[in-house]
This record gives sequence, C-alpha cells and structure tokens, in this order.
Amino acid sequence: MKVRVDPYRCEGHSRCHSLAPELFELDDFGNATAVGDGAVPPGMEDRARLAAANCPEHAVEIVEDAG
Amino acid sequence: MSDSKPGSGAGPRPDADVAVQTCPVSGEGGPPPVERPTVTDWRTDWDHLGPRWRDDPFPIWDKLREGPIARTERFEGAWLPTRYEDVKAIAYDTDNFTSRRVVLRHRKFEDPPLPAPPLTSDPPDHKEHKRVLLPFFTPEEVGKLEPLARRICNALIDGFIADHRCDAAQQYARHIPVRIIAYMLGVPIRDSHLFIRWIHEILEIGNVDDEINRNGIKAMRDYFRHHIALRKEGRTEADPDGPEPDLIRAMMDGSLNGVPFEENHVLGTLNLLMVAGIDTTWSAIGASILHLGRHPDDRRRLIEQPELMPTAIEELLRAYSPVTMAREVRKDVELRGCPMKKGEMVLLSFPAANRDPAVFPDADKVVLDRRENRHVAFGLGIHRCVGSNLARMELRVAIEEWLKRIPDYRVDGEVRWSDGSVRGPRILPVAFA
Ligand code: HEM
Ligand code: SF4
Repeated sequence: MKVRVDPYRCEGHSRCHSLAPELFELDDFGNATAVGDGAVPPGMEDRARLAAANCPEHAVEIVEDAG
Repeated sequence: MSDSKPGSGAGPRPDADVAVQTCPVSGEGGPPPVERPTVTDWRTDWDHLGPRWRDDPFPIWDKLREGPIARTERFEGAWLPTRYEDVKAIAYDTDNFTSRRVVLRHRKFEDPPLPAPPLTSDPPDHKEHKRVLLPFFTPEEVGKLEPLARRICNALIDGFIADHRCDAAQQYARHIPVRIIAYMLGVPIRDSHLFIRWIHEILEIGNVDDEINRNGIKAMRDYFRHHIALRKEGRTEADPDGPEPDLIRAMMDGSLNGVPFEENHVLGTLNLLMVAGIDTTWSAIGASILHLGRHPDDRRRLIEQPELMPTAIEELLRAYSPVTMAREVRKDVELRGCPMKKGEMVLLSFPAANRDPAVFPDADKVVLDRRENRHVAFGLGIHRCVGSNLARMELRVAIEEWLKRIPDYRVDGEVRWSDGSVRGPRILPVAFA
C-alpha cells in the first residue's frame, strides 16, 4: 500500500499528520506530503486509511497493492 | 486592572474610550435587547440573528436540509445552504462567490468593506496574504505554546476552585485564547480585557449596531497602530519571552511581489488575528465543557480512556462548530436550482454542514470515537482556518487541565448562548465538589 497527497487539494488541515505522523510530513506552511515514497509499512495500513477518511479536502489518496 | 486605559500610557485614544463607555458587555450588564420580527417560515424568511437560532439552531437546519436552499428577504436578500455538499460547493467556488464580505450583518455597510486579509481576500492575492502567517501556526510552532497554555489554564482554575462553582465561560474559557494570541502578536497580556470588549462590540452587538461595530474596529486599529509605532522606535511592550519575530513584526515586514503590505492591510490582518482566534476558541472550549457537564457518561469515558482525546476533540468541534461565515455572490449564478443574484449574500453555515446526516451517521449524537470525521468546523478550501492547529491545541489543553482538576461537575444554572455568527456559551454556571 502507498499513500499520496494531492498538492492541489491539500489545504493544510494537518489531520493526516496528526493521525499518522509516520506517514505524512508537513512543510513550513503546514501542507502535507507523504514521507519518503509513500510506502506504508506493514501494520500501518489501518492508520493510512484513517488519515484518508479524515482529510476534509479528500487530498489523501490510497493506492492498494495490485493482486 | 480596572484602571488601565486602552493602550495604557500610550497617549489619548478617544475612540477607544468612547467605545468603552457606550457599550455594555455581556456578563457585565448584558447586551442591549435586540428586537427582531419573529420568523414565521424558515424556508423563506430565516434569520440567524434571532433568539430561536441562537438557542437551538439544529432543528431549524434539519428541516431546511430537506428542501431547496433557503431564502430570506432580510439582510437585503440572502441564501442559506444547510447541506454539506452545498456548503462545500460554495466554499470551493471562489469565482462565483467572493469573500470580500464574510459577515452577514443586519445590513451591508462600508463599500468597499475594510479588508481583513487573508479572510476577505480572493485569488490570486489570497495565497500570499495567507503565506506570511502560516509558519507561525504549524503544529510544531503551536506545540511550543502548549506549556504556556497549561499554565494559563491552571492559573485560572486556581482562581475559582475553592468556590466549588464558577462560570466556566466567563471565568475560564474566555481567558485562554486571548492570552495566547496576545503573546503571539506581541502585545501585553494585561490588555486582554480590552480585546474581549472590542470583539464583543464587533461580533455580537456590532451585527445589528453600525456605530458600535465601527467604534470597536476603530479602537482595535488604533491599538495596533500604537504598537506598530513603538516598534518603529525600536520599542515594544511584548512579553520578553515572547516569539521573535512576533506577528506584528511579521506583518510590518510582509510584502506582496516585493511591495510592502499597505497599512490598511497590516491593520486588517492584525485585527483579524485578534477577532478570529478569541471568540471562536472560547466558544469551542465552553461548548465542550457544557457537553461534558451534561453527559457524565462521555466525561467518565474520556477520563478513563484519555487515548480517545484526539477523536473526541474533533467530534466536539463537529457537533458544536462555532463558526458561520458568509460570501457575497460575485456574478449571477444558479446553485441547485436557486437563482443567486450578484450582490446577494450567502450564509456559509459550517455548523449546519457538520450536522448533515448524509455525511455523518448519527449526526446529532456526539460519538467520542467517531472514526471517519471530515468535519468542516475550520472551513474548506483556500480559506481553511489559519489557526486550526492552535485552536485544537488550546481546546485539548483546556479540556485536559479542566478534567484533571475538576473531573466531577454539573451544569448548575441557566446557560446563555452568544448572538451573532460565532456560537458558544457566554454564561455557563457549573458546580463541583
Ligand atoms: C475553534 C476555533 C476556531 C474555529 C472554529 C475557526 C473557524 C474558522 C473558519 C470556519 C474559517 C474559514 C472562513 C471562511 O471560509 O470564510 C476560519 C478562517 C480563519 N481563522 Fe479561524 N477558527 C478558529 C480559531 C482561530 C484561531 C485561534 C485563529 C488565529 C489566531 C484563527 C484565525 C483565522 C484566520 C486568519 C482565518 C482566515 C483564513 C483564510 O481566509 O485563509 N482562527 N476560521
Ligand atoms: S489532512 Fe488533508 S488537507 Fe490536511 S494536511 Fe493532510 S492532506 Fe492536507
């Protein structure tokens, strides 16, 4: 699983970062990007989904592994 | 501190003095009674400044959500969307809806209205108007203020805990955000009572009284003018431990495309920071203490399972969202079959959107561990609240410190809600052992 933040939608509510700081980092203006290449370590899938489900701007995308 | 004049020691401030004398503040005499024609049909004649809306707006919104976007001929013609989808569509549509007016008052005045960037800014300037503020309000920066917030909360509780009762709105919630924003702006915390008064004049009585509104705004602008002048002489009255630069300094040094912000812009933003951060957070803290006072089961659960705090805070923000904004229709546009005419206003009720059962199952229940919660208490789109991280921290700390020291309490007396577009308890009597 991977997470991605759509930079055009993100408005810096920082919900993703507060729910899953391991997966999302914020820049100096509070906008989020995925940590590293966005790969979700095993066991953190639920938190990734939680972050997506709480972003008011629908900016967090989840890419499930194929197969 | 009752002898301290507006901007103590800063020379004459005639406007501030006038405003202070002519205006009773709620909790210190109460606002003047406002007479408004009774609403007979909310679909065609709604009024958000009347007593029914103030005391219990939820059933009104529930009814309206079933029909088309509601209309009123009051306020020189205005619309009221109550569904999440409609509120979202308008918040995102900055082409058809301008933010140059964001408060729906009894009538429009001031054309063009005084700017309060970034709140009243539209694209493309909005982005730079906001950017100068954002670094002060990241979770990391706000985290540094947490010890100060805890000290403020505890000092306030020390002041009334021996009485076994207090007004949690007047003696507690009210004083927390104002002290923190004063610190961040770089003005003396001892002037907090002035800010509270001006905000009351601007946001509550000012919605129906132009004179009081103007006086409040003028007094606040003069106040900031004075603190800017001090800095130009190399002086400040800021807390010596305060941030460097503070928000006043950051705004003085701000620019757009290499051109320094005009005075009108600087004063507008500073006024906004003061107005936007105080009544709002005060309201959220008060409403949360009220809810936990009336729902001892929720209170106990939160004390026994502190790990619920993050979701609980979001849920309380959703259910008791304090802030309603507005937009002005920029050009004729149709939304869900409603013909909106240029110049008309739209009330942007984030609180109503947050109670929409199409998006939130059990929308009228407070579910402390609600898992999916895309609430819009801090708005949506480009105008997302600058202070959302700060407000969340203040709310969490205020509730944590309160529950640590006053785990068992009950609401004991009549609660009074605010008038205007920021909704929260203004009188909140509680008793505890
Ligand atoms: C619980 C407390 C708060 C709530 C519910 C709240 C709510 C909101 C909402 C709904 C907006 C969007 C307005 C719109 O779309 O027109 C907003 C904007 C804003 N808020 Fe807050 N606010 C709170 C606290 C604060 C604090 C503590 C500050 C700063 C000290 C602050 C500063 C601002 C500013 C500067 C804007 C304008 C942002 C822009 O237009 O880009 N707010 N707030
Ligand atoms: S929650 Fe959404 S809007 Fe907020 S920072 Fe994360 S991605 Fe951006």
